[in-house]
Amino acid sequence: MDPGCSRLLPALCAALADPRQPVADDTCLEKLLDWLQTVTEAGSSLLLLQENPCLVELLFHVVKSQDLSSRILAFSLRLAGMFAAQETCFQYLQGELLPMLFGEAGPLGGAAWTAPTVRSGWVQGLRALAQHPSALRFLAACGAVDTIFSLQGDSSLFVASAAGQLLVHVLDLAMRGPAEGHCGPQAHAWPACAQEIVCHIEASLRSTATPQVAQALNVLTTAFGHYHGLWMQGLWVRLSPLVARLLERDPVPAAHSLVDLLLSVARSAGPSPDGGLWETLAQTLSRLSPTQAGPLALGILQLQGCPQALRTQAFGRLLQPLACVLKAAAQAPGPPGLPEGAAGDSVTVDTLLSSKSACVGLLCCALAHLELLQPLPQRPSPWPQAPLLGAAVTILRFCNGSASPTSDVGGRLCTILVGCARVQRAALDFLGVLSQETGPQEPVTQVFAILLEYLVSPDSSPMVLKKAFQATLRWLLRPPRAPGCCDLDPHPQLFLGELLPVLQKRLCSPCWEVRDSGLEFLTQVTRSWGGQAGFRHALLASEVPELTRQLLRDPESYVRASAVTATGQLSSQGLHAPPASPEHPGVQQSLLEELLHILSTDAEGFPRRAVMQVFTEWLRDGHADVAEDPEQFVARVLQAASRDLDWEVRAQGLELALVFLEQVLGQRGSRCAYAVALPEAAPPGTLAQALRALCRVQLFEFAFRALFDCDRPVAQKSCELLLFLRAKAAPYGSPQDAGGSPDVASVEATLQRWQAGEQGQPLGHLEPGAVMAVLKSLDLEGLRDTLAESSDHVEKSPQSLLQDMLASVGVLSENEADCY
Amino acid sequence: MKLYCLSGHPTLPCNVLKFKSTTIMLDCGLDMTSTLNFLPLPLVQSPRLSNLPGWSLKDGNAFLDKELKECSGHVFVDSVPEFCLPETELIDLSTVDVILISNYHCMMALPYITEHTGFTGTVYATEPTVQIGRLLMEELVNFIERVPKAQLASLWKNKDIQRLLPSPLKDAVEVSTWRSCYSMQEVNSALSKIQLVGYSQKIELFGAVQVTPLSSGYALGSSNWIIQSHYEKVSYVSGSSLLTTHPQPMDQASLKNSDVLILTGLTQIPTANPDGMVGEFCSNLALTVRNGGNVLVPCYPSGVIYDLLECLYQYIDSAGLSSIPFYFISPVANSSLEFSQIFAEWLCHNKQTKVYLPEPPFPHAELIQTNKLKHYPSIHGDFSNDFRQPCVVFTGHPSLRFGDVVHFMELWGKSSLNTVIFTEPDFSYLEALAPYQPLAMKCIYCPIDTRLNFIQVSKLLKEVQPLHVVCPEQYTQPPPAQSHRMDLMIDCQPPAMSYRRAEVLALPFKRRYEKIEIMPELADSLVPMEIKPGISLATVSAVLHTKDNKHILQPPPRPTQPTGGKKRKRASDDIPDCKVLKPLLSGSIPVDQFVQTLEKHGFSDIKVEDTAKGHIVLLQEAETLIQIEEDSTHIICDNDEMLRVRLRDLVLKFLQKF
Repeated sequence: MDPGCSRLLPALCAALADPRQPVADDTCLEKLLDWLQTVTEAGSSLLLLQENPCLVELLFHVVKSQDLSSRILAFSLRLAGMFAAQETCFQYLQGELLPMLFGEAGPLGGAAWTAPTVRSGWVQGLRALAQHPSALRFLAACGAVDTIFSLQGDSSLFVASAAGQLLVHVLDLAMRGPAEGHCGPQAHAWPACAQEIVCHIEASLRSTATPQVAQALNVLTTAFGHYHGLWMQGLWVRLSPLVARLLERDPVPAAHSLVDLLLSVARSAGPSPDGGLWETLAQTLSRLSPTQAGPLALGILQLQGCPQALRTQAFGRLLQPLACVLKAAAQAPGPPGLPEGAAGDSVTVDTLLSSKSACVGLLCCALAHLELLQPLPQRPSPWPQAPLLGAAVTILRFCNGSASPTSDVGGRLCTILVGCARVQRAALDFLGVLSQETGPQEPVTQVFAILLEYLVSPDSSPMVLKKAFQATLRWLLRPPRAPGCCDLDPHPQLFLGELLPVLQKRLCSPCWEVRDSGLEFLTQVTRSWGGQAGFRHALLASEVPELTRQLLRDPESYVRASAVTATGQLSSQGLHAPPASPEHPGVQQSLLEELLHILSTDAEGFPRRAVMQVFTEWLRDGHADVAEDPEQFVARVLQAASRDLDWEVRAQGLELALVFLEQVLGQRGSRCAYAVALPEAAPPGTLAQALRALCRVQLFEFAFRALFDCDRPVAQKSCELLLFLRAKAAPYGSPQDAGGSPDVASVEATLQRWQAGEQGQPLGHLEPGAVMAVLKSLDLEGLRDTLAESSDHVEKSPQSLLQDMLASVGVLSENEADCY
Repeated sequence: MKLYCLSGHPTLPCNVLKFKSTTIMLDCGLDMTSTLNFLPLPLVQSPRLSNLPGWSLKDGNAFLDKELKECSGHVFVDSVPEFCLPETELIDLSTVDVILISNYHCMMALPYITEHTGFTGTVYATEPTVQIGRLLMEELVNFIERVPKAQLASLWKNKDIQRLLPSPLKDAVEVSTWRSCYSMQEVNSALSKIQLVGYSQKIELFGAVQVTPLSSGYALGSSNWIIQSHYEKVSYVSGSSLLTTHPQPMDQASLKNSDVLILTGLTQIPTANPDGMVGEFCSNLALTVRNGGNVLVPCYPSGVIYDLLECLYQYIDSAGLSSIPFYFISPVANSSLEFSQIFAEWLCHNKQTKVYLPEPPFPHAELIQTNKLKHYPSIHGDFSNDFRQPCVVFTGHPSLRFGDVVHFMELWGKSSLNTVIFTEPDFSYLEALAPYQPLAMKCIYCPIDTRLNFIQVSKLLKEVQPLHVVCPEQYTQPPPAQSHRMDLMIDCQPPAMSYRRAEVLALPFKRRYEKIEIMPELADSLVPMEIKPGISLATVSAVLHTKDNKHILQPPPRPTQPTGGKKRKRASDDIPDCKVLKPLLSGSIPVDQFVQTLEKHGFSDIKVEDTAKGHIVLLQEAETLIQIEEDSTHIICDNDEMLRVRLRDLVLKFLQKF
């Protein structure tokens, strides 16, 4: 501990111990604990206490005082536990202090115990303390384990959960050491403390009260999830019969906790577990309700080394709700094509039909589980792509009322699902995921048909429509079946003819979310398909490009931003609408001018940011409008960006400047962005020319201003840019040695004023020589290091924390004095 | 209680409820779909329509060619359009005491009923209903009268001839009762019989029932009605909406605890969500106008048009349509737009609060002020000077058979740049368009019907829990075109009773109680006797006096002392002889104790049999039966009066007398 802190600590401890000076802020105490934790981890706690006796005095004071606030009491319990984690320090505190804090003489059972903070502090203190065998003896001696048992059912969930974790930790501590490795399921071989805990868990598992069973299962889940001692196997062998017996009850108690436990055991056990785990899993899978079985089935399928039979069973269980849907919708009886075991059982059907919420919940979960499973390498193979597509399409048909089921179940499902946006969203997401598979062509026609129905339907809510656009995009952009084929597949091409009129209508929607999703879709599809002749032809024949351009004047800023991105993308691909201004048909405004206008006048940040991104891309890709006169383009953009109030626009301006820099100075190669080490130096002639170009576009003025920007990311970015430039130019020195010229001095003086916050004065015309001289004189590395520190690095020091805490109690006492 | 169903149209109802001693007509809707069988009435001479070929029978007989014209494979009646009236023969309409109107669309048949059936009662409706209803009638009369037609076709209505006609004329029902439009004079006379009411106002009908209008949330001043007596409650729900549009929200709570709920006027397009349709409307409108085309919106002069104008007010700037003119053409356009702004108390909360700012509740005021919306009584006059294209025109009639809309259909129908957008759900758009075929202009169907859909109905019924639901038969099965959509029908327990045109329904509940008042002096004279804790009985001798459906128990007149022979009273003054009253009995006879008592009194050989209703005590020796039931006891013994009296007295011992 540094001397400054040591000096402040006694006053702070005294203040904490004074009930008349309450600590206003809990987070200060947390920070204090964090800091002391780092101190104790770095050295001996005992030494710390000996050097700072005020800490022990504080603890003694807390023990004796009756009227301390619960938060100070909780803090002290955690502090004591933290110190006692080291065995030497434990011995030092054990005699008197620890029993008074954690034993029956302490807050346990007193009035303070009613505060959940104190109970939590007690549990956390013990959790910190329980690190060595002596701690175990202490726990046994003060009867703490019984208290922990009772705290498992605490009214505060935080306390209950912490108690469960503490129990596992104590168990682990007891089983480690000499006993480890010799622990079979036989109880007599276990240490007494472990024996007591395991007996408690066994009793809980036998209990008829569901909360108790859940507590036991949660404790075991924590154990198997976080601890990996050899004793775990013995524990499972001992407890698994009791767990299996839970399955005999009806209904199965605490099913969610049971699923968590079994999966936790299976994950920790590795490929060949003992104790009939696979059998238990199989049995559980068949015993649980369809809603409860879903997560278990997904968990099983994610396991490594699981027997094939179990995987088949789990996959079947996962598919059951979809099988029911397929069966209900089938016009003619026949197998729906799903793997064996998936056939919809009556329980699943009952669940689906029991209520709208049950049906929606089950279907959404099933779809979400399958969506998670699809991209995994260990997913079942063969993957039933066609029936899954069929199920997704059927669900979507039920939801929009276009299904015409003949069965009773189908009719009922139709009534439940029609218009249900939640299921629609889930099914569309799932449909999108299925696009990544290859399969037969026939269902693809159905997929495009249903997607079109959703895109066309006026009843699709904005969110559903967004999902429909996303799914459509995934299906349109899925890899071509014939590699090397340069144009579109016939399906998407046909679909496109119907899609563009819909998109056109959606871009005119009165609902801004719809216009926005339409534009996003257009941007993405153009990005991928801009070069395809079929797409280009269809798009140019439609009114979509013109509508997109009109949306640049949309009243909603998000839509304007999306329109900027979309028009930028269309223009990059040569697909933009012919410029037209309805007010002045004679005046033709180029898109570049229109975007510049948005950049300099739009009141909202999003469209301006979007313009900067488009411009950066245009510059990078050599867009025709930019390539005519890149210097003028960059100069105008940087001028507009430098005045912008939005830091992201300014930062994007630096990105654009960097692209320009690369273009005039040569590529930075494949190194990562802003890597300044060893850039390829430019030859001196080119360099002089390049620097003059940079001066002409006033890039330096922009970068220097950004260097002292009040927003740190902008300053950092500018710093990196200038470092890169300096490194690139340095080996050759400045074209003219302008180091001592009055020009340089005036620039430096201006920069100093800028740094001080007076950014009003312009830099004026700069010569390359002066720039290089200024660059050399600036301590850019130092600036970079300062900027790399987080903005509160000064305030985060422990000394500052102690001062703040003292100041806050000081203020309180002053106020108190004022009252007299 | 009976319900006479005079209309088969679920959203244009006309029913008569006989309840207690009153005859109440519920709504007076006029089915105008009959006009779809007629040729349009063009405002400006249309060579196309006037040159349509006459229709002749298959055998070439052309005697109908003056009455029937053929257009694109359809046959139309070339005559003044006629309407299908509610049934007038099912019940004598002169006996109707009152007519309750629920909204302005449901009163269009009023002049036919009040002026031609001997009706002498009163009509009840809210003020906006009457004012806007008047506008609708005025517009209708104007549309029809300003295009006089010399010919009134009637030959085709002959039953023998009608059979030979092609569909849909062949299948048209009750054509003999179809009538041409009423006159303005009849409208004024009918409207003068209306008495204005306010929401939640209680109106006594002859002391027998009380009727109360409640806000139904569908249109300005639209109401549902509660018809109740002291012990019965009938709710009449007609054209209600739970959506947040311009009218006051629907009052659901007052519908609770109804014995019968008559449910009519649900949405006609249950599969179309109004929000989605408004979106479609705006998008299609913008697309058309951007391409230089015109948009025609056939509509009524009040109702959804207010909401559409409000949506457009918010939309036109975002869609870059600020420079496009909007025209609203109707003989009553000006009144409709102005009326909407003055009925503040009938508007939703948001609009009401605007009035206090003060601002006009509807933003169409601003559209008019900024010249974006212009309104004209007809296409003649100022409109033709101001007319600029491309534009958007709102005009009637939605049937496309009369009104200014006919002109625009003729004018714009040939260009595919133009679009007609149907927003009113009352007419099939394909049938409406039939006489304009072939048509190049685009047609968009965006029916906006804000009335309750089946999901909302099912929630409503769950909440208000009526004992019985009565509704048109169309609501008890899925629509014929979507027979698998079981969600598109009323699903309630017990199942709803359905009705169809010209049916009389006995409503499934019996009246069991009537409220009777007791005069204070008579009440004073009663001597109640407690027979069970909390239950007391008293005998009452009184005269029941009934007047104006109110029943009062009055003390009986005192018996006059006989005053000798000279002053003889007239026979009519005689009061009925008050017989000596036997005491009233109450209580029950415990069979076991009764048998013991019988044994004590020397009866032997007693046998007890249990029956469904009680017990039979059999005295075998005496050949006597004592039949004890819940509400009666019989002693059956032949010719032994002494024994009967003895047994009777034993029975009486177990009962209380007072």
